[in-house]
Amino acid sequence: MKLLNLSRRALLAAGAATILALSPFTVGAQTPSDVLVIGQIAEPKALDPAAVTAVNDFRILMNVYDGLVRYKDGTLEVEPSLATSWDISDDGKTYTFNLREGVKFHDGSAFNADAVKFNFDRMLDENHPYHNTGPFPLSFFFSAVESVEAVNDTTVRFTLNEPYAPFLSNLAYPTGLIVSPSAVEKHGSEFGRNPSGTGAFKFAEWRSNEAVVVEANPEHWDGAPKLQAAVFRPITDANTRTAEMLAGGIDLMVEVPPVSLSEFQGNSYTVHEQAGPHVWFLILNAKEGPFADVRVRQAANYAINKEAIVNDVLEGTAAVAAGPTPPAFAWAYNESLEPYPYDPDKARALLSEAGAEGAELTFYVTEGGSGMLDPVAMGTAIQADLKAVGLDVKIETYEWNTFLGEVNPGLEGKADMAEMAWMTNDPDTLPFLALRTAAWPEQGGFNSGYYSNPKVDELLEAARRSTDQAERARLYQEMQVIVQEDAPWVFVANWKQNAVTSDRVDGFSLQPSFFLLLDDVVKQ
Amino acid sequence: MTGYIFKRLISAIPVLLGISVIVFLIMAMIPGDPATAILGSYATPENVEKLNRDLGLDKPLVQRYFIWLGNMLQGDFGRSFALNRDVLDEVFERFSATLVLAGTSFIFCAFFGILAGVISASRQYSIVDKAITSAVLVGISIPSFFLGMMLILIFSVQLRWFPVSGMWPIYGARDLSALLSHLAMPAFALAVVATGVIARLSRSAMLEVLRQDFIRTARAKGVPERSVVWRHALRAAMVSIIPVLGIQAGFVLSGAVYIEMVFQWPGIGRMLVDAILKRDILLVQGGVVFVAACYVLFNIVVDIAQSILDPRIKT
Repeated sequence: MKLLNLSRRALLAAGAATILALSPFTVGAQTPSDVLVIGQIAEPKALDPAAVTAVNDFRILMNVYDGLVRYKDGTLEVEPSLATSWDISDDGKTYTFNLREGVKFHDGSAFNADAVKFNFDRMLDENHPYHNTGPFPLSFFFSAVESVEAVNDTTVRFTLNEPYAPFLSNLAYPTGLIVSPSAVEKHGSEFGRNPSGTGAFKFAEWRSNEAVVVEANPEHWDGAPKLQAAVFRPITDANTRTAEMLAGGIDLMVEVPPVSLSEFQGNSYTVHEQAGPHVWFLILNAKEGPFADVRVRQAANYAINKEAIVNDVLEGTAAVAAGPTPPAFAWAYNESLEPYPYDPDKARALLSEAGAEGAELTFYVTEGGSGMLDPVAMGTAIQADLKAVGLDVKIETYEWNTFLGEVNPGLEGKADMAEMAWMTNDPDTLPFLALRTAAWPEQGGFNSGYYSNPKVDELLEAARRSTDQAERARLYQEMQVIVQEDAPWVFVANWKQNAVTSDRVDGFSLQPSFFLLLDDVVKQ
Repeated sequence: MTGYIFKRLISAIPVLLGISVIVFLIMAMIPGDPATAILGSYATPENVEKLNRDLGLDKPLVQRYFIWLGNMLQGDFGRSFALNRDVLDEVFERFSATLVLAGTSFIFCAFFGILAGVISASRQYSIVDKAITSAVLVGISIPSFFLGMMLILIFSVQLRWFPVSGMWPIYGARDLSALLSHLAMPAFALAVVATGVIARLSRSAMLEVLRQDFIRTARAKGVPERSVVWRHALRAAMVSIIPVLGIQAGFVLSGAVYIEMVFQWPGIGRMLVDAILKRDILLVQGGVVFVAACYVLFNIVVDIAQSILDPRIKT
């Protein structure tokens, strides 16, 4: 009760002192030069490429590690990285890689064929001594790998159990990044917090919930990066991330919410945009109900105003999708494909031809989820468009995990349509898992709308077996034309990833893979 | 006394067991499992089953509960799937950050709340009283997360006085002034509502006391007014103010969840929100049990302290 004896003047003085003590912090809002501070959307799970699944974590990993191959700048085509060249056997089942010589991991150990073998055995062989450093959720990317053999120090041979064309792009995916075996042996299950790779930046420090710091690796085989260091800060709240960017606390911000983009107009900031391998679509139940008729499915494609959705709901952060394959897969995309135009009259005509006017439809909508953009607002816009052509749509909304639990086992007996979005690294993945007859839910696939066309099945099987890129491209392009005509989905949008940099940052560009590559970035 | 303490500690065991059962069942019942959350688009039944096996989630519910409980009793709270880190390490680190934030906030709201209440009561219906009462009304009515965002816009984005978010600077010394500059806005935003509540209740408690006979007697005896208010009246009013402080301490601690989200404070509230969204079962369970244990322990300590101060409670 000493406090109570203080005089009023003393209290005033104490109050003033408190205010004075706090106000003179003119915060060093300017971040140091040559150090890039990046506003990330979440704390990474681990810095072990085999153990993580989130794009958020990949953004760090791609700068710390290299893979055998990588995506060529600005494309989704593979080029050499730690492997300088490779041969594929005629039956498409043996891949022999020649490895780059003289490369060292950040911990000083040598990169060689044994290190490559260690990496894949760790992921795939349940008896490997370090398999317990998992789990490895995306190891099925390499489930076709039967064995990995170190032929000599600089040659490594993968034997597959069947021809599997996406193998090379899967190697370019972060799951295929090569980690230092000696670091795994040293740190065991703590490797994810003590990473060591061969990449342009080496790991320096991880302060939980504050920052991951990586420093330039001057000995990188592809040339040292221009930055001294990069700092990845997890800022989960999008408004707070925007405020940090405006206040100068970060130099680069990823995943800017569409409504915040207007804050960054003017000369102090650069807004970057890049369409990615993403497609947002509606699964239509082709097994039963009105959508069993192809004319009704096409009518839905004509009735929905996709331009309005991408421009008004998504504020231009997406482009209208024409078919099942995103244009970001430039080599496999069919340029002749035109999106279904917005044509309510044609939709009405098709509906009356099919006798489906006034049909009642159940529509599964999610509240939000990976790649789902703004699903509630988009679902409502779609409902209104379909109502305008005389379809009576009833929306049922679910939380993301529940939603997946309802949609993935198939829509039969429950719903006529559902929202969905996919982001993949190879044009094979989505159609193979979600459009083939053999991918119906009861067979473990994601074809929740029960689309089936033997010709599409045949094309997809053939594309997976071919190792010739031109041949694969031809098959995918033919598939896209058929699928667009059959309209098992309503093709809605391809998401454009965005990022904002401050005027101190140069040399940055977003990649179609959605990874964040910092080796050419300069900061004044 | 030892007997009393022992009895209170024993009585905490069923409470904690009950909490562990409830939080375990909630995490088991909410839709969506960690494997689906981790795999996202790639959650085929086959992949989910394999990952669940790797995560040890394929065993029957009862067996899983007892494995978890057994490990926990040996001090092993397990590993977080989403952070790939020991649950207990994470919980300790995050809880101490929350204590710093909530503690500062609580000191702020207790001090300024009582101060405002007393001043306002001692000059009932004056301009000062009216000003304080309206300020308090505004304070109580502003949602703390909205206030937080406004503070960021004004003091970080426009004036650049304070950093937007986080607890420590990315570069530079981790000293007290660095902490205070990060702490000022979140602690203030968190304290405002509780300060208002405390001010209101202090005012009415003081008004009641000031009408009593002993105050009139003190004034009649010529005790200076300042001494009447601060020494005689406030001391009597504290009897009804202290329980309010206790309730507001809990309120500040739970309100920290929103504030931690807005200011990205690395506390336990933000940790739990993230963990629930990612279905990070062990982290949610461990975090809730830990916080619950702290509350139970805190209550026991308060009871014991009270029984020391007031021997009549010793039963």
